[in-house]
Amino acid sequence: MRVRRSEGLLLLPGLLIVGALLMLPLLWLLALSFVNDGAISLVHYKRLIDDPSYIKSFVVTFQIAGTVTALGVLLGYPLCYWMLRLTPLWRGIAMVCVLIPFWTSLLVRTYAWLVLLQRRGLVNSWLQDLGLIHEPLSLMYNVTGTIIGMTQILLPFLVFPLFASMQRVDQDLLRAAAALGASPAFAFRKVFFPLSLPGLMAGALLIFVLSIGYYVTPQLLGGGSTIMVGQLIQRNVELFNSWGAASAVSVALLAIVLGLFWLMNRLVPLDRVFGG
Amino acid sequence: MQRANDVSDTAPLQPLAISVRGATKRYGPMVVLDNVSLDVQPGEFLTLLGPSGSGKTTLLNIIAGFARPDQGSIFIDGEDVTDTPPHRRGIGIVFQNYALFPHMSVGENVAFSLKARGISRLEIGPKVERALSIVKLGGFGERRIDQLSGGQKQRVALARAIVFQPTLILMDEPLSALDKQLREHMQIEIRALHERLGATTIYVTHDQREALTMSHRVAVLNEARIVQIGTPSEIYNLPANGFVADFIGEGVLAPVTRCDEHSVLLQGLRMVTTQPLPSSGHLVLVMRSEKMRLAKPSDENCIQAVIRKRIFQGESYVLFAEMSDGLKFTIRQPAHADSDGLVPMEGDHATFSLHPDHTVVVRRDGSAMTKNS
Repeated sequence: MRVRRSEGLLLLPGLLIVGALLMLPLLWLLALSFVNDGAISLVHYKRLIDDPSYIKSFVVTFQIAGTVTALGVLLGYPLCYWMLRLTPLWRGIAMVCVLIPFWTSLLVRTYAWLVLLQRRGLVNSWLQDLGLIHEPLSLMYNVTGTIIGMTQILLPFLVFPLFASMQRVDQDLLRAAAALGASPAFAFRKVFFPLSLPGLMAGALLIFVLSIGYYVTPQLLGGGSTIMVGQLIQRNVELFNSWGAASAVSVALLAIVLGLFWLMNRLVPLDRVFGG
Repeated sequence: MQRANDVSDTAPLQPLAISVRGATKRYGPMVVLDNVSLDVQPGEFLTLLGPSGSGKTTLLNIIAGFARPDQGSIFIDGEDVTDTPPHRRGIGIVFQNYALFPHMSVGENVAFSLKARGISRLEIGPKVERALSIVKLGGFGERRIDQLSGGQKQRVALARAIVFQPTLILMDEPLSALDKQLREHMQIEIRALHERLGATTIYVTHDQREALTMSHRVAVLNEARIVQIGTPSEIYNLPANGFVADFIGEGVLAPVTRCDEHSVLLQGLRMVTTQPLPSSGHLVLVMRSEKMRLAKPSDENCIQAVIRKRIFQGESYVLFAEMSDGLKFTIRQPAHADSDGLVPMEGDHATFSLHPDHTVVVRRDGSAMTKNS
């Protein structure tokens, strides 16, 4: 595509902002990660490989992100499918129910989960009242709490692209499938699901990427025994004042995420996921 | 031999009769189908013709099983299918917007109905290829849908609808998205395909010429009812009422009064007819443009008028004429060297005649007289 020079000038502010506020700090980060005590060194990267706690953090982070993504898909897909079948009024109400938590501050929602999940919280007392459990479950200050909180907080990021993608599926295609002899289950499997897949992939990818760098919720609900990568970076800066170590972790995380993107792009072209 | 194989492999085993009995459908206070009954013979090509909102698509949806009538029943070959879901009716449907599955290749689209029926992979391949070759898309199986032109998509939709040998095929304005030339070409092809396959076919259109071109019989719908059902020539030449006369063909409906058994008065002029006259109601004379001609001395039913406008349209001229009392009508004259010199000019006074066989008088029946207000 050819852009005239005057039109090209319009791009300048955007390019400046991206360049100055994103690319430069990233390059700075990259540079910092190779510096130790004023000298060029690979010691920060060596630590990533040598120190088992670092590796564990990465593994745990990807496990949590994977679990949150899987739970998001399992909860979000039926939710969207159900919303699609509501009358416009009820669909609007359901959408608002998804939106209100989305608009609510992350911190507020995380503290709300603290109230719900604590030993004598609403969830435990209900489960006990119903006779389902005798002892309160430990639902917070562990990975379970982190996963519950993150799934709820990140669910809207799956619901929006997925619902939009489902709405775009031409209803005539489902009628055509039925007319051609497809049972509702066959039509879902062969027509509706494949056509909603780009939205599902986009949503799942959003949740996964956001999960990997998540900080606030694991910090408050996770209890500190398992450390996600986001927390690891923060600790390196706050506790050990080691910008080099924090930068190396950040760069490694970024590299892994970009690698995953590349891999996924090979499997499902991303322009089909995000381009519609 | 090839041809015989083609037919046996895609033709329905036995074309079936369709019967709609007293179907009524309401959406809220709106009656979209009002006590409609329709019998379609095995192997027949029947067209539902009507303006938008006349109920033709609703009737098609009820036959297909996408909508359930509030009252009435649908029978396929004598069997009540009113409560049978669409995927168990075995009807081939061609949709207005094709409704091809965008994530499948041409071949996968055509194979869909066979896979849904659990037919083995070995049998599917040849059946798909045969269906594609019948619609002249042999070898297109691997193509993606977005690589096809509008006409090709239409053919894929046809192949997909016939591949499982349906006993009944429904087509919902399948050609409306194509340009005129391609549309006329596909009309002939669909007709030929029908003759070859013999499946009972119900075709929906709002295009009168398409309906006349393709059908054994045409059912004209208006305001949720079937107003007339008959062969194309019956519908065209002997419209049941003012609506049908107005909707089909080019011309004018002129109010007349009954004179006797065989004649009416048009603005004081006596017009004789060999056609039956309705006994009562507000009567109108159907003045088709192409049935009017420059009067010869021996002609009956002569009308004098002044030519207000003369338009050359290639194959013919259209003359806009006005009688002395203000009644306007149109005349279509073929453009031919023999008669070109006789076509009156603007401002000329001329006498036209309408043959008594073409002097058709129908009841106005409250239909809008849009063409002669």
